[in-house]
Amino acid sequence: MKKYSLNILLVVFAIGLLFAAHFRIIDSYIQIVFMTIGINIMMSTSLNLVNGNMGEFTCGHAAFMCIGAYISSILSVFCFGSKFGDPLLPAASVLIVFPIIVLIGGAVAAVSSLLVSVPSFKTRDDYLAIISIAVNYMIISAIENMDFIGGSRGFQGMKDTVWAMIDIFDGPWMLFWVINFTIFTVWVIRRFISSTYGKGVNAICQDEVAAEIMSVNTNKIKIINFMVAAGLAGCAGGLYSHIIGYVNPQSFNILKSTEALVMVYLGGMGSLSGAVISAIIFTGLLEVLRSQAIIDGLLSPVTMMFPDWEPSAGVIKWVMIPLLLVIVMQFRPEGIMGNRELGDVFPKLKKFYRFK
Amino acid sequence: MMAQSQVQTENAPVLEVNSLSQRFGGLTAVDNFNVKLMSGELTGLIGPNGAGKTTVFNLVSGFYQPTEGQILVDGKPTAGFKPHKVTSLGVARTFQNIRLWNDMTVFDNIRVAQHYWLGYGFFHSVIRSKRYKKREAKVAQEAQELLEVFDLQRFKEELPKNLPYGTQRKLEIARALSTHPKLLLLDEPAAGLNSHDVKDLIRLIRWIHEKFDVSIWMIEHHMDVVMELCSHIKVIDFGQTIAEGTPDEIRNHPAVITAYLGDDNI
Ligand SMILES: Nc1ncnc2c1ncn2[C@@H]1O[C@H](COP(=O)(O)OP(=O)(O)O)[C@@H](O)[C@H]1O
Ligand SMILES: [Mg+2]
Repeated sequence: MKKYSLNILLVVFAIGLLFAAHFRIIDSYIQIVFMTIGINIMMSTSLNLVNGNMGEFTCGHAAFMCIGAYISSILSVFCFGSKFGDPLLPAASVLIVFPIIVLIGGAVAAVSSLLVSVPSFKTRDDYLAIISIAVNYMIISAIENMDFIGGSRGFQGMKDTVWAMIDIFDGPWMLFWVINFTIFTVWVIRRFISSTYGKGVNAICQDEVAAEIMSVNTNKIKIINFMVAAGLAGCAGGLYSHIIGYVNPQSFNILKSTEALVMVYLGGMGSLSGAVISAIIFTGLLEVLRSQAIIDGLLSPVTMMFPDWEPSAGVIKWVMIPLLLVIVMQFRPEGIMGNRELGDVFPKLKKFYRFK
Repeated sequence: MMAQSQVQTENAPVLEVNSLSQRFGGLTAVDNFNVKLMSGELTGLIGPNGAGKTTVFNLVSGFYQPTEGQILVDGKPTAGFKPHKVTSLGVARTFQNIRLWNDMTVFDNIRVAQHYWLGYGFFHSVIRSKRYKKREAKVAQEAQELLEVFDLQRFKEELPKNLPYGTQRKLEIARALSTHPKLLLLDEPAAGLNSHDVKDLIRLIRWIHEKFDVSIWMIEHHMDVVMELCSHIKVIDFGQTIAEGTPDEIRNHPAVITAYLGDDNI
C-alpha cells in the first residue's frame, strides 16, 4: 500500500481540485493556471522524449500541438457545433466522443512527425534543428492559407462542445480532461521509456552506431519516439483549443516551441520528473510575470532612468524566458534535475510511489 | 545455456565473403577480399595499421554497403541489410574503441542489446501486457545469466564508464554475446590492455569459444594473442590479402615479414 501513496496523493489532489473548481472555491483564473500547467507538463514531457532521452535537437514542437489543436477543433465543430451545419452527433455522446476527438488530433500529429523523424535518419544536431524549425513554419503557413478553417484569422466554435458537456453536468469539464490527459501522458512516457524497448531510445542517444550494431532498429525507434512525442503534443493542442475556444496558427509559432524547449532544459534533459517540475515552475513564473504590478516593481530602477519607457508584461515575458534559459545554461547546464529522476535524488521517495 | 542448434550450421559456412571490395573515393580500403569461416572456428585477421581490417568488419556487420562483392551469413546474402538486421542473422561485434552505452547500467547494456528478439512493441510496453511481462522476464534472465558467467554480477547496477578498462572490454564482449551470435567479430580486443589483462583476455576468449557455440573472428595487433588462439590467420596489407595459413606458416611468411618490417609489434 505504501508504495502507492504518491499515486493516492495525486488522485486526492486531483479530486480536491475538481471539487474546489466545481464549488467555486477557486475562481476561473486559478483554474486556467492549473490547466496551463497541465498542458505545459504534456508539452515538456513529450518534447523531453526527443530532446532529452533521444538527444536530438528539435525546436518545432509547437507544430504538432498546432496540428492536434486544429484537427480536434475541426472534428469537434463537425460533431457538436453548428458552424458547418447541423451537429453530426447527439450532444449526449460528447463525454465519450470528446476524448476520442482529442486522441485523433494526437494521432494525426503523430503521423505528421514523420516530417521530422524521416530526415533524422541521416541528420542530427544543428541540421535537424533547422529542419524542425522549417516544419514548424511550414505547418503554420499551410494553415494560414486554408481559408475554409479561418486561415490567419483563426478558428472557433469549439465552445459548443464544452457547452454540450456542461449541459449534461455543470462541472469544470476542461479541468477534468486536462488532469486526465496529463496523467495519461506521464504514464505513457514513463512506461515506454522504462521498458527495454524504450531504452533503445537512450541507446541511440548515447551511441547510435553501437545501438544499430547491437540489434536496435534505430530508424524504427526514432519514428516511434517522434510519434509518441508529437502525438502527446497533439493531444495537448486539442485540449488547449477547447479551453480557449479559439485557435490561431500564430499561437503555435516558434515562440511556443521555445517555451517547450525552455521547460525541457530547465528541468534537465532526459528527466521525466524534471520536465514535470519545470513545467510547474515555468507556468507559475509566467503567471507572476503577467502581472503588470510586478513587472513595474521589478523594472522600477530602469524605468526611473528612462521615464518614457512603459514596459508591458507581454514584452517582458519574452525578455525573461530567454534570460532564464541563458542563466540556466550558464550556471546549471544540466537543468534542475540533470538526467536523474526524483527517486534518484531522494531515494526515500521510492518507497512511496510506483509510477509504472 | 546459449546452446543453439548445430544442425544446419554444420555444413554451410557461418560466413562466406566473395571478392569483396570497398573504395572510399580514390582509396581502395579493401580489395578483392575472400574468406570462408566454418562453424566453431577461431580465426585471426592481422595486418599493419590502415590495412583495411576494421573496414572488413564494418562491411560484414552491414555498417558499410560494399562497393563490390558478396557477403553470405549462414548462406544468406546480406546485401542491403541494415546492421541490426545483420546482427539478428547472427553476427555480433565489438569495437576497436569501446562503444558501450555509458549512461546506462551494465544490466541495461546487456538487456538493450537483445532488441532483435524482444518480441513486443510500443503498445505492449505501455499496457504492460502478458507478452511484455513474459518477454521482459526472459530478457532479464538471459542478461542475468550472462552477467553471472562473465563474473560481472557485482557491477550490475554500475555505469560502464566507472568500470576499469579491462572490465569494459569484457562487458562489451558479453553485450555482443547477448545477441546470440553465430559469429563473433572482435576488433582488437587487447588494445589498451596491460599484459596481465591480456592474459585474462586470452583465457576469456578461449573459454567463450568452448562454452558458447560461436565462431570467432578477431583482429589483433598483439601477435602473441593471435598466435596462441587462432587456428588460421589471414594477413592483409593495403586492402589486399598477402598471406594466410596456420600461425607457424604466418610467422615465417616472407610477405608478412616485409609488411611488418619496422613495426614493433612483431
Ligand atoms: N569511412 C571512411 N572513409 C574514408 N576512408 C576510410 C573510412 N574508413 C576507413 N578508411 C580508410 O581505409 C583504410 C583502412 O582503414 P581501417 O580498416 O580502419 O584499417 P585498420 O586495418 O587499421 O583497421 C585507411 O586508410 C582508412 O583511412
Ligand atoms: Mg582497425
